[in-house]
Amino acid sequence: MNEMTLEVSGLTVCYPTEKGAIFPVKDVSLKVPAGSIVGIVGESGCGKSMTARAVMGLLRSPGKVTAGKVFLCGREITALPEKERRKLRGNEMSMIFQEPMTSLNPVMKVGKQVEEAIRLHTDCSREEAKRRTLELFREVEIPEAETRLSCYPHQLSGGLRQRVMIAMAMVCRPRLLIADEPTTALDVTVEAQILKLLEHLRDAGTSVLMISHNLGVIARVCDEVYVMYAGRVVEQASTERLFEQPLHPYSRGLFRSVRSLREGCETLETIPGVVPNLLRLPQGCSFSLRCPECGEKCEKTMPELLETEPGHAVRCFRAEGGEE
Amino acid sequence: MKKSLIHRLVQAVIVLIGVVLLIFVMLRIVPGNPIETMMGEHADAATVARMTAEMGLDQPLHIQFFRYISSAFRGDFGTSYSLGKPVSQLIGSAFVNTLILALFAALFAWVAGIGCGILSAVHKNRLPDRLFMGFSILGISLPVFMAAMFLQYIFGFCLHWLPISGTERWTGFILPSIALGWNSAGQVAQMTRTALLETLQEDYIDTARAKGRSPSGVLVHHALRNAMLPVLTMMTIQFSGLLSGAVITETVFSINGVGRLMVQAISGRDIPLLQGTALLATAVVIFGSLLADVLYSVLDPRVRKEG
Repeated sequence: MNEMTLEVSGLTVCYPTEKGAIFPVKDVSLKVPAGSIVGIVGESGCGKSMTARAVMGLLRSPGKVTAGKVFLCGREITALPEKERRKLRGNEMSMIFQEPMTSLNPVMKVGKQVEEAIRLHTDCSREEAKRRTLELFREVEIPEAETRLSCYPHQLSGGLRQRVMIAMAMVCRPRLLIADEPTTALDVTVEAQILKLLEHLRDAGTSVLMISHNLGVIARVCDEVYVMYAGRVVEQASTERLFEQPLHPYSRGLFRSVRSLREGCETLETIPGVVPNLLRLPQGCSFSLRCPECGEKCEKTMPELLETEPGHAVRCFRAEGGEE
Repeated sequence: MKKSLIHRLVQAVIVLIGVVLLIFVMLRIVPGNPIETMMGEHADAATVARMTAEMGLDQPLHIQFFRYISSAFRGDFGTSYSLGKPVSQLIGSAFVNTLILALFAALFAWVAGIGCGILSAVHKNRLPDRLFMGFSILGISLPVFMAAMFLQYIFGFCLHWLPISGTERWTGFILPSIALGWNSAGQVAQMTRTALLETLQEDYIDTARAKGRSPSGVLVHHALRNAMLPVLTMMTIQFSGLLSGAVITETVFSINGVGRLMVQAISGRDIPLLQGTALLATAVVIFGSLLADVLYSVLDPRVRKEG
């Protein structure tokens, strides 16, 4: 068995609201093997970003991890005191965000922002940090790296800003990089360059947890995929397997809507309905309200995530063959 | 940057001259003859006419205006009718007191305001927040003379810690500064809190935390500098307001400042003195907002013009 960079088991995130507690992440387990890119895919609000934040320990108040464990390279980190976790952030694990436009401090030069990350985790001198920053800028292929060091974020394009973010995330060669929709705000050519960069990082020894709603992006770079719906993992398989043979009706719906485009159909296939309100989840399977194959059992009980064959798990009675 | 600054400076001077014209015309439209007021009821018509001619008040308005402007550029703002001294000298000595008062008041307002604002934002919706915001609302809504009298009563009359009025010793400035700065402190506290809470929701705050910054590091290095931008603008404008003379505070605490001088000028129909104080107030406000713009562009690179 491969060494695991990240192992999450039974992760549950709770947000108390005025109308009652909601669970944007419920009992999520996932694994990121060393040297791989693992994807989480799902609609907006399915809990994928929240999972990433919970792993990083960056949940916004009043959100809390109420159950589950996170292991980074075999070390349990959820129970660590905040000070210890802080040492991991930006060092052993780092994160890049969806919006490169707003993810950099607007009143600080980008070079300084990267230097800051270096100086937080190493005790090198200012000059040394600056030299390292320049190296990193060249590594993430920022053209004219030297002059860019003293640019402010608003003077750079979206693609360049995301490269700066990646450089910042890479300062300590982390074991794990969480990329939360890193290309969503970018155009397709830039997207391709950024994805290439992530693959390059993977080859250099950083495992990547990639969060996206873009199946094309997932298909291009991920080795493994987790499909999330309403806070739970509903299907998990290798990318190849999932794209060939999705088992969960939700995954099938997702792929149908992409395929209908590719095969030039007149109409765009969609999944009827909307993501359920987390305060009013159905009693049984969360997807039962929108599922074309929903049976009686599905409305009453939540199916378990079960392996149908090695490396392919699904949360559906149909796939198990248990529901007529 | 330099170009736009020069542009703004020229603009400021033009506005200033416009305001002087306005003050000038208005003071001559209002009824009542300053010479008669100065000479008293029993002055005979011939003396009044002679004095009027001596002071150039019989000249057409535009001639008077250009005379005033040209001598103003030479630093001569006329002689006070009621006090018989050059206006520049009178304002100069009063301005020292006003300046000290404004500096103390601003210092109090900024330290207390920013401090309370930060603490409130950090402890949002908890006891310190409620307490400080209560104080700041009190500061904003309590009239200056009320605050002044409370302070005089408690610290001067009951506790005998500080002088009730006068500025013979520097301690005499403490109570008036607090009374005057209280209102600004309230505004600064509210704005700091709001701006900081907003900034703490920004994406780059997450980035800073993801880097491994501690909460205090995030606050100091990333949140505050961004949050202080709007507060700074407000503080600069507040300061120019404080500098242009605090009529009520100076009166309640008997401080010989520009505000009191202005009141004296109005009641005595002392046109040169009134013009002088109004001019000072205008200049302070205009250059205050100019300073705010310059500071803003220094601190926020997005505002800086290229080249």
